[in-house]
Amino acid sequence: MAAIYSLFIINKSGGLIFYKDYGSAGRMDTNDSLRLASLWHSMHAISQQLSPIVGCTGIELLQADTFDLHCFQSLTGTKFFVVCEPGTQHMEVLLKVIYELYTDYVLKNPFYEMEMPIRCELFDLNLSQAIQKDRVSLLGR
Amino acid sequence: MAPLAPRSGDAVFASVERVNAELFTLTYGAIVRQLITDLEEVEEVNKQLDQMGYNIGVRLIDEFLAKSNVSRCVDFKETAEVIAKVGFKMFLGVTATVINWDAEGTSCSLVLEDNPLVDFVELPDTCQGLSYCNILSGVIRGALEMVSMKTEITWVRDMLQGDDAYELRVKLLKQVPEEYPYKDDD
Repeated sequence: MAAIYSLFIINKSGGLIFYKDYGSAGRMDTNDSLRLASLWHSMHAISQQLSPIVGCTGIELLQADTFDLHCFQSLTGTKFFVVCEPGTQHMEVLLKVIYELYTDYVLKNPFYEMEMPIRCELFDLNLSQAIQKDRVSLLGR
Repeated sequence: MAPLAPRSGDAVFASVERVNAELFTLTYGAIVRQLITDLEEVEEVNKQLDQMGYNIGVRLIDEFLAKSNVSRCVDFKETAEVIAKVGFKMFLGVTATVINWDAEGTSCSLVLEDNPLVDFVELPDTCQGLSYCNILSGVIRGALEMVSMKTEITWVRDMLQGDDAYELRVKLLKQVPEEYPYKDDD
């Protein structure tokens, strides 16, 4: 059971800084993932302008026939989004956990350059644990 | 739906990992000492501490937002309160008081009665111009810049210089709008 298909992190200027694939279906090459990330960045920005609600912060959930896309944008402008099986629950919580891991294992790494692609082993490790735990709790339900 | 902004940082402070206060104080002292040795001029040291603080602030803000559960502040007044009550508590274990607002609500003072950075410090005569805690002003400047507020922060009172408290003057220079710059229809 693959509840989560993939995870993206985009910096505030729309560049993809992290991408990870979890499902076997629809694997993307680097170019495609970059394209998708900047596409989402622009769509998110447009959604803010189109929204009739004042102070709208952009799309949070996109539902399609074959996947759900949950997006979380921090107040500093970094966007985290997961693509998952339709109807997967508790993705907002997972995104929040991923944000915390990002602040701990990416931003606190003195050798990480801000806004640059994330290459931090500790982050990878803790991330896969978080996602694993999430899957286990889903299986238990 | 969004969680209410916490009025105090006690809960976060209790949940985050902490280090021994003395280790923290001594490490900071060692850094300042080394900077004085390396740079020789106290003015340069002040500048360097501010820059170091800025570099910390731009990263620290995300941790603050991720772990404190505060939501977007409605105005600068709320921002100042959140820094004083939640921010300082979460990272330094103390709280500050916000006083002396100007009429426009764009500048205020953060007053620290207690400051763990200076527990063992006495400034020698040769370092009188040193703003020992200049790193703090840098941190706040860097953190606020990441949430689109340009600020200018100066020390008004410093216990190491003989004053009765630590007072930081925070002045909001401008709020950079978060809107995207493209305006096709104009």
